[in-house]
Amino acid sequence: MFDYETLKMLWWLLIGVLLIGFVITDGFDMGVGALIPVIGKSDDERRIMINSIAPHWDGNQVWLLTGAGAIFAAWPAVYATAFSGFYVAMMLTLFALFFRPVGFDYRSKIEDPRWRNSWDWAIFIGGVVPPIVFGVAFGNLLQGVPFILDDFLRSQYQGGFLDLLNPFALLVGLFSLTLFVLQGSTWLQMKTDGALRQRARLVSMICAPLAVVLFALAGVWIANGIDGYVITSIGDLSGPANPLLKTAEVQPGAWLANYDKYPLTMTAPAVGLLFPLLTWVASKYNRSGFAFFCSSITQTGVLLTCALSMFPFILPSSIDPNFSFTVWDAVSSEKTLNIMTIAAAVFLPIILSYTTWCYLKMFGRLGKEFMAKYKHSAY
Amino acid sequence: MDDIVDLSRFQFAMTAMYHFLFVPLTLGLAWILVIMESLYVMTKKEIYKDMTKFWGKLFGINFALGVTTGLTMEFQFGTNWAYYSHYVGDVFGAPLAIEGMMAFFLESTFVGLFFFGWDRLSKLQHLAATWLVALGSSMSALWILIANAWMQNPVGAEFNYETMRMEMTSFADLVFNPVAQVKFVHTVASGYVAGAMFVLAISSYYLLKGRDIGFAKRSFAIAAAFGTAGILCTIVLGDESGYEVGDVQKVKLAAIESEWDTHPAPADFTLIGLPNQEAERTDYAVKIPYALGIIATRSIDKEVTGLKDLMADHEVRIRNGMKAYGLLQKLRAGDKTEENVTAFEELKVDLGYGLLLKRYAPDVVDASDEQIKMAVDDSIPGVAPMFWSFRIMVGCGVFMLFIFLFAFYQSARNTIGENKWFHRICLYSLPLPWIAIEAGWFVAEYGRQPWAIAEVLPTYMGASSVTADQLLFSIISIAAFYTVLLAIEMFLMFRFARLGPSSLKTGKYHFEQLENKQG
Repeated sequence: MFDYETLKMLWWLLIGVLLIGFVITDGFDMGVGALIPVIGKSDDERRIMINSIAPHWDGNQVWLLTGAGAIFAAWPAVYATAFSGFYVAMMLTLFALFFRPVGFDYRSKIEDPRWRNSWDWAIFIGGVVPPIVFGVAFGNLLQGVPFILDDFLRSQYQGGFLDLLNPFALLVGLFSLTLFVLQGSTWLQMKTDGALRQRARLVSMICAPLAVVLFALAGVWIANGIDGYVITSIGDLSGPANPLLKTAEVQPGAWLANYDKYPLTMTAPAVGLLFPLLTWVASKYNRSGFAFFCSSITQTGVLLTCALSMFPFILPSSIDPNFSFTVWDAVSSEKTLNIMTIAAAVFLPIILSYTTWCYLKMFGRLGKEFMAKYKHSAY
Repeated sequence: MDDIVDLSRFQFAMTAMYHFLFVPLTLGLAWILVIMESLYVMTKKEIYKDMTKFWGKLFGINFALGVTTGLTMEFQFGTNWAYYSHYVGDVFGAPLAIEGMMAFFLESTFVGLFFFGWDRLSKLQHLAATWLVALGSSMSALWILIANAWMQNPVGAEFNYETMRMEMTSFADLVFNPVAQVKFVHTVASGYVAGAMFVLAISSYYLLKGRDIGFAKRSFAIAAAFGTAGILCTIVLGDESGYEVGDVQKVKLAAIESEWDTHPAPADFTLIGLPNQEAERTDYAVKIPYALGIIATRSIDKEVTGLKDLMADHEVRIRNGMKAYGLLQKLRAGDKTEENVTAFEELKVDLGYGLLLKRYAPDVVDASDEQIKMAVDDSIPGVAPMFWSFRIMVGCGVFMLFIFLFAFYQSARNTIGENKWFHRICLYSLPLPWIAIEAGWFVAEYGRQPWAIAEVLPTYMGASSVTADQLLFSIISIAAFYTVLLAIEMFLMFRFARLGPSSLKTGKYHFEQLENKQG
């Protein structure tokens, strides 16, 4: 169908699409989770917040699962090295994710305040830890990750958990959390009313400018303090996928090279800077639907900025740049990519249409009347 | 390295078996909800809507933990089996990604509408949502079992020395793997049995307590019919027909039957006995003539190969594997003469057997006869655990067959509730499907040892380069989380099962009626 080189590009895009789906959809439900103990002042308010995401969180989470599944299938080496290298961080994310399904479903089953409070904090952890870890992970990808490959392509991670928590990575972690909370708060603006909506609006108006500042800060840091990676020699881009067949090196400013080469890519960071401001304006003038839209575009712009800066690198090795994984050599075989392309071409449009239908069916604000009517059947 | 592998195996076994406490109930209960809601839409009787909502509540409590523990499974291939993921991701990853796109999205999107869409959707739309949840969960089982079957019988793939991994050669072979077909039917049907037994047992509880009789009888009858179909499928279309293909499947079959020597066809079935691994024989065996040959090969003239012959074959393949490994080293070093390439391509099917030596001789090519002997001994799983867990599974299955047949007979005769002792048996049989299912998975996966991917990649090679400390951290944390979560889940299950349909707060059922009378 497509030639191998095109397929490699295509799967970089498709994994991008899945991750964007994740940050937009799971982004808002994790953001809501993070805000539950912060702006939910009463049990009713907290229940309204949870019920605003109740019909959607599980479907949303599948963007993450399918994203991880697609990385496994399309970039097996990346999946293997990143998940085992970041072992402790991955486990912490996993434990935080444990809290969500059970928290949402079990919280309302018992009417005891201690029971419900405990689950609120559990859901809070489930909403706060994953965005921070994902941010920290991206922060580390940008700096390169200390791993080596042996002759059998077995990867060996040589850093520790605490090395992940360096200042730049923590900045990206904080940035990522800000974006998720912004996403959650704009969702709540759209789905709630009264005092709760006003509080959500206030959160959006704080997070939006903060996002601009943090994004700009990370950008300046990358331009001045973080060296990028470049491929110095690589054979046929359609050749067998083996990272050991190329050479690469560290080069100051390399993460900005793509923007010089393809000026159109500047759109991504521009969107990442502009749309939080639009989110702020929309929140200010109570355009909650537009605020949510702008926040979602922000998420997209930021993720694309990260991906475009690193392209074609996915997971650079800070120990020996030659070992780095790139879109050209960390991928699956042509056959597998072809089959998955067909599957994605068939299923992604179907998924998008029924997901949209589901959102349309559950459209509308939830208020006190809702909670009174569905006291026994809602979350 | 040994303890890393053992700890990783322990963690995987623990989390997989735990995950599969919840999956079967999701699979089965989803279809029971479909039946109940279809009856509601067709008959317009509110009681069927209440049934859908009540059993749906219990479904939700179980579903939450199914989702939670499923996350662990997806993470673990990467975190704990990194070399495995690299080595076979090209083949194994594809069904997982397709599972996500085709099944997870469907199930998870519509489960939200199932719980929260009652007043937002028309009756038919809601019924469609319920159907899609059930369909999504069964399709998810299909793809994960295609992936799992490939681990048992890796068809449609070959090793590529340039990329140092297995690569897909035929997607059709992967999907139509005969092992996948039988595995899917057997596993999904056993899940249906679990769902049916769950409803049967809890309905029996209400019948014994003499409350919400109409509700309980209807639920009981649906479970009896669905369960009868499920258990018949599970037993008749048992997994054993998938044991004819692939070396490791044959090993499993011989181990299950403790069949050390190859006997003339049709072989006897060892009903019971004491497998003796060291002496390579079965002590005190009680045999049923011809039964094994007929059950396992579905014929009277095909042989069931015994373990000793299989092991002799393994030794030959291990020696070939050593040669393949030597050639691979040359190719890796850049000595890609046509002669080497051809020789390697010819021998590479046995490369995996060569890798079995890694544990004893890291360089493989210089393994001594003694080391080869150790690898050969390793090439079959422990026979006694296989023998016994298979018998536990079958025993539970046969017992449940009688339960469902009798329950079905009662429904047909309209005598549900008349035999108190039978309802007591139903109630206390609740754990049986889970015992059978866990034992069955043990047979399938422990029986695959020493392989992660049969004939291709030893489990020993598949683990990540992580430290024992990291593994202890994750094992202890997961065990702690899982224990607490299970306690909470059981607490809620018992509470809502005891409360019954009164938990819907419709005012129609036992406890609320009681309150009204007293009030």
